[in-house]
Amino acid sequence: MTGSESRDQSTELAARVRAASAAAEALEIVGGASKRFLGRAAGGTPLAVGAHTGIVSYEPTELVITARGGTPLAELRQTLAEHEQMLAFEPPAFGPAATIGGTVACGLSGPRRPWAGALRDFVLGVKILNGRGEILHFGGQVMKNVAGYDLSRLMAGAMGTLGVLLEVSLKVLPRPSTEWSLGFELDPAAAVARVNAWSGRPLPLSGACHDGTRLRIRLSGTANGVATAARRLGGERLDTDAFWDELREQRLPFFAGERPLWRLSLPPAAEPAALDGAELCDWGGAQRWLRSDTDAAKIRAAAARLGGQATLFRHGDRHTSVYHPLPPALMVIHQRLKAALDPNGILNPGRLYPEL
Amino acid sequence: MNTPARNNGSADTRHPPRELLAELRALLPAQAVLHTPEDLRPYECDGLTAYRQTPLVAVLPETVEQVQALLRLCHQRQIPVVARGAGTGLSGGALPLADGLLLSLAKFNRILEIDTANRCARVQPGVRNLAISEAVAGHGLYYAPDPSSQIACSIGGNVAENSGGLHCLKYGLTVHNILEIKVLTIDGELLTIGSKALDCAGYDLLALLTGSEGMLAVIVEVTVKLLPKPECARLLLGAFDQVEHAGSAVARIIGAGIIPGGLELMDNPALRAAEDFVHAGYPTDAAAILLCEIDGTDEEVGDQIDAVRTILTECGANEVRIAGDEAERARMWAGRKAAFPAVGRISPDYYCMDGTIPRRELATVLARTEEMAREHGLRVVNVFHAGDGNLHPLILYDANAPGELESTEALGAKILNLCVEVGGTITGEHGVGVEKLVGMCEQFRAEEIAQFHAVKKAFDEHGLLNPGKAVPTLHRCAELGGMHVHGGALPFPDIERF
Repeated sequence: MTGSESRDQSTELAARVRAASAAAEALEIVGGASKRFLGRAAGGTPLAVGAHTGIVSYEPTELVITARGGTPLAELRQTLAEHEQMLAFEPPAFGPAATIGGTVACGLSGPRRPWAGALRDFVLGVKILNGRGEILHFGGQVMKNVAGYDLSRLMAGAMGTLGVLLEVSLKVLPRPSTEWSLGFELDPAAAVARVNAWSGRPLPLSGACHDGTRLRIRLSGTANGVATAARRLGGERLDTDAFWDELREQRLPFFAGERPLWRLSLPPAAEPAALDGAELCDWGGAQRWLRSDTDAAKIRAAAARLGGQATLFRHGDRHTSVYHPLPPALMVIHQRLKAALDPNGILNPGRLYPEL
Repeated sequence: MNTPARNNGSADTRHPPRELLAELRALLPAQAVLHTPEDLRPYECDGLTAYRQTPLVAVLPETVEQVQALLRLCHQRQIPVVARGAGTGLSGGALPLADGLLLSLAKFNRILEIDTANRCARVQPGVRNLAISEAVAGHGLYYAPDPSSQIACSIGGNVAENSGGLHCLKYGLTVHNILEIKVLTIDGELLTIGSKALDCAGYDLLALLTGSEGMLAVIVEVTVKLLPKPECARLLLGAFDQVEHAGSAVARIIGAGIIPGGLELMDNPALRAAEDFVHAGYPTDAAAILLCEIDGTDEEVGDQIDAVRTILTECGANEVRIAGDEAERARMWAGRKAAFPAVGRISPDYYCMDGTIPRRELATVLARTEEMAREHGLRVVNVFHAGDGNLHPLILYDANAPGELESTEALGAKILNLCVEVGGTITGEHGVGVEKLVGMCEQFRAEEIAQFHAVKKAFDEHGLLNPGKAVPTLHRCAELGGMHVHGGALPFPDIERF
């Protein structure tokens, strides 16, 4: 696959944002438009960042890659794979046009997350446009960096509401040499208990998902390490790990159709939520997907009772508050932060919460 | 603007107004309110002992409600507040203000909950870092970040500084190892940030608040992630007659897809000082030694140890040792862990720097540091977290020799600027505090500093939490000539400059 052209549109994009700020004109930041289904319904004049592309630097032995926001995620993955490296947080693309900027803005991580870390854990630095159109650098290209407030990690998951990601620097890790998948016939509750017990032991776990029928786990590491762990854990060796890609990209049959898809983020060992609908339990219990027509308030109350929160991930009414409501005092801080970075509220307004 | 005082805390004692004392005594037991010079002396500095200032008053609350009431009082009376954990910080983050209240969280020392099913522990901010690992060891778990002060430092302070340690390449910093914090804002609002779940709704305020150096909120509870203790850890030592070769070995190890649990480099002066002190068996004629610890399951470690040994040899190590047992592993580490006190033996004083650089720049930075040190007539000893690029040059000096402290600080600033120049940062784990305010002007442009101030205002409009720390004023940067203003227009014209 050929690389994207190296095009630095920082100046043009900055001018565009400055003009929009002066006119209090709402902007919708658009990369590959692969995550339009996510968050609240988008509005505003499109600010196309998909042509702001190119891997700026990549040093395998420094474990860091820096790329412009419009660079396709697929290109990044390919480049890393050529050096036997990867984005350890395994982000979903949800479409071939996904960009690295959008990926970071959405902050989603894949099956490896509980053991390898979240997307935000791998953010080392960013170059952004704030809501005034100023080009700002936060963080850098090194892992240990505590100078200034951590505004680079703050961008992860902010859905573009705090800044346009012109560049991101991400920590990368070596790809494991060996990956095996094992299957176990367990009911969901037993599976959650088992996986959490295993997670407290030094095992090379990198995935754990109960799809309603059986538990699948993934082991990653050196050949000997994985083989030994598999012998200890038992289960049935599964000869395909396309499952993990299908899970990450939500291509499993569970995710088909238009029924509302809820994401419950819970303490991993939480009890079953016992809500109506079909459930798929990922991240060893910490990320539970639910297809349900149950009332939002009921789902949120159940999630809160279990120590977590619930998001209307796909389908349903995208004009409601799709994210879990914030306590008023916390929302006040959010509003002030938003105002600090985007005083005229032009960057993806309403994409996260109506108040932002 | 309050500038840090040097060793003159006793000369600048103010007496707290009677009314304030009465109000504080209404909130706390009498013994929790300290105001006499003798009682305040223990709080006059943290680990950065060159800067001392007794506070107006020091308080030692025991409950969240007490802290809430204290903050509300200070907010009302516009009294600045400096929070303090164990006072082991190395950048002056807990340096008191002459007109401020020193808020000690030392009495918040209880472990509230150990949740083995969810692999986390809920603790009060004054709990010592090592105490957490000790409390959960019986479950086969531990808390990973291990700053060298871990027997004394507090977890609340760790969160405030985003502390690191020896195992950051593989296990991350504090921000990678916590799930939730409870904090109080300056107006006494109690916020829960984060969750026992792996993420929470809204912005990632946990990332923002970690490393915010007491500027945005006061931490009153921390829920830390616990990891399974590795099955096995083996330590290799490689001795090199050129620093560049050790640097290449580091790159080759990473390039081979190996992520060591620990990877430390000591230069010749550092390893000789350590050897004289603890007799770890270091080869004293080596230009540099590399300590590489591989941890994981027995099989993983076995696979990787052989690979590392080969790499060290191929990169020119004239000696490679593998610790044969736990006792030997502890001995081989002992020298590195005692590096700082070892240096304390060979010099009346030393100044520990804390920059991070891309690993590939190590040889360059060490060579230029040596040049600059010679120009200043000072010696520098280096330990390097080779795994993550965090460098600790230790500048040896004598505080009693006239001008030497100033010369040391000037050399330190040059070293940090060099770190920024080669693509790194002025602080990897110790924080900015008061010590590196000048360096911030070098590392960041005016618009970025202004953005930091705007974020600060979102939490603390009147600048009452730890004023004068972590982020310099734009005025100060301009004075130093270190501010880069774009197109002649100052950003955020509505923010006051002083």
